[in-house]
Amino acid sequence: MTNVKSKAPEKTNSSSIQRRLIPTYIFLIIVSFISVFPLYWMITAATNNTVDVARGKIVFGNYAATNFKNLIAQQNLAQGMGNSFLYAGVETLAALLICSLAGYGFELYHDKAKDKLFAVLLLAMMIPQVATMIPLFKIMSHAKLLNTVWAFVLPAISTPFLIMMFRQNSRNFPVDIIEAARIDGCSEIGIFFKMYMPVQRATYAAAAVITFMNAWNAYMWPKVVMNKTSAQTMPMLIANLAAGYKVDYGVLMMGVLFCSIPTMIVFFVLQKQFAEGITGAVK
Amino acid sequence: MKAKKMSVTAKQRRAGWIYLTPATLLIAIMSFYPMVQALFTSFKTGSSAHMRWADPIFNNYIRMFRDKLFIRSLGNTFLYLIVEVPIMLILAILLAQLLNNKDLKFKGFFRTCVFLPCATSLVSYSLIFKSLFATNGLINLILVKLGIFESNYNFLGTPSSARAIIIIALIWRWTGYNMVFYLAGLQNIEYSVYEAAKIDGANGWKTFWKITVPLLKPTIVMTMIMSINGTLQLFDESVNLTSGGPANTTITMSHYIYNNSFGKGVANFGYASALSFLVFMMVAVLSAINMKAGDKRD
Repeated sequence: MTNVKSKAPEKTNSSSIQRRLIPTYIFLIIVSFISVFPLYWMITAATNNTVDVARGKIVFGNYAATNFKNLIAQQNLAQGMGNSFLYAGVETLAALLICSLAGYGFELYHDKAKDKLFAVLLLAMMIPQVATMIPLFKIMSHAKLLNTVWAFVLPAISTPFLIMMFRQNSRNFPVDIIEAARIDGCSEIGIFFKMYMPVQRATYAAAAVITFMNAWNAYMWPKVVMNKTSAQTMPMLIANLAAGYKVDYGVLMMGVLFCSIPTMIVFFVLQKQFAEGITGAVK
Repeated sequence: MKAKKMSVTAKQRRAGWIYLTPATLLIAIMSFYPMVQALFTSFKTGSSAHMRWADPIFNNYIRMFRDKLFIRSLGNTFLYLIVEVPIMLILAILLAQLLNNKDLKFKGFFRTCVFLPCATSLVSYSLIFKSLFATNGLINLILVKLGIFESNYNFLGTPSSARAIIIIALIWRWTGYNMVFYLAGLQNIEYSVYEAAKIDGANGWKTFWKITVPLLKPTIVMTMIMSINGTLQLFDESVNLTSGGPANTTITMSHYIYNNSFGKGVANFGYASALSFLVFMMVAVLSAINMKAGDKRD
């Protein structure tokens, strides 16, 4: 209704408004082109042979099948994809369960002691990964967890960021419902699973997208604890492709394409949730 | 009756604590405990199997001030920080401001385009940029064809241009990411504020500095902290785009620490821990300064 109202009187000078926006459009088109072009180039390069890529061919070619064959001859692509999906999947499920439980607990059961604990946990945000890498490697090594999914996921499951995100989003959870459920004899944990989880679907979706993306893209930590080729992830696999003396651009970009397909799909299908996941607790 | 009620709240309180336990334990074991361990290790020396206390105890910390390569990695990291973060954040605010215009068409399309680089992993985009800027890469081809360069230029083989390319790549990857925060922040600003400014005769530039920036201040402070935090920990780009090269002239602190602990060559956990503790101190101090500066004007 308000939309209609505000649009009507503007109609007369809308063309002049659009004319004034021309510099804006030009700027946005240039920025959009720069943003998209490297990815477009990556996809075309994956379909061309390395000679054509070096010659500057930027349209699609018919070399994709050969590049793919060469890629799987050089690297165990199926294993890399499988590992990455396994690690990212386990990390996402575990992080969602544990962080949402904590966020829910901190908000709906809060008291002074819990608020203090929350403030302490937030300090973990300031700890850089590189600072905990050596002791964590020792812990994983002692526990004989190197090259297993646990070495990959354990340090990344519980993050202050996700806990805060769930805590913030629990604010609007109606407390009366909880009281009513208690009177009806619902168990405390039952309230969480049966009532909290369904209501917070949107938060879970955003948290899942951001956790999956982070896990899929992780590089330094897997490089430390996944030193067997059979345990390597997609980012490690494509880094290996580029490490040779002579790089085949077609094959390399085919690898990069495979590493990017899952995150691209997530991006295009769940862009809104991704944006919400990034901004997290900021509202 | 009263006793029963007490027991219910006690049960609830216990349930609350149980919910927090897994997350708290994981952060304690996977973040706080290793941080303390790193501090202890930073005072030690020797190979990982038999480490002993360093003599003098601050030896690893004294050593880093004489370590030319570390000083260089520190310089590089701060160069990336000082050049990249302001350009990226200003560009992100500007883009958010432009996209927040209700008369603008194709808003969703532009937003998706600018945001798209975030869908690529850090290793992926590093390798894409490495290929584009290679001596036989597309950028060279275009520059030579346009007559800007006479012959192919070895971008990644020259220290200054290699650093510039890391910065360009970082701006490409993270501008859209930060823009998302500003777009969310701008949506909280009432449109009527802008209308009022327009009536008062303020131009676009003035509204940007007098309204947008002040109202976005909390968001700006937060993105600054995140960007500083991220830049101080740069790793993937240094490893995959330039391999720290040529001759370690583009190496970042995290990359150097990795080389000293898990990379090729001699593993020195004590020294690497001391370096990593320094990174921790820098992240903590810069975050604190930033938060203080953000508070002041309110």
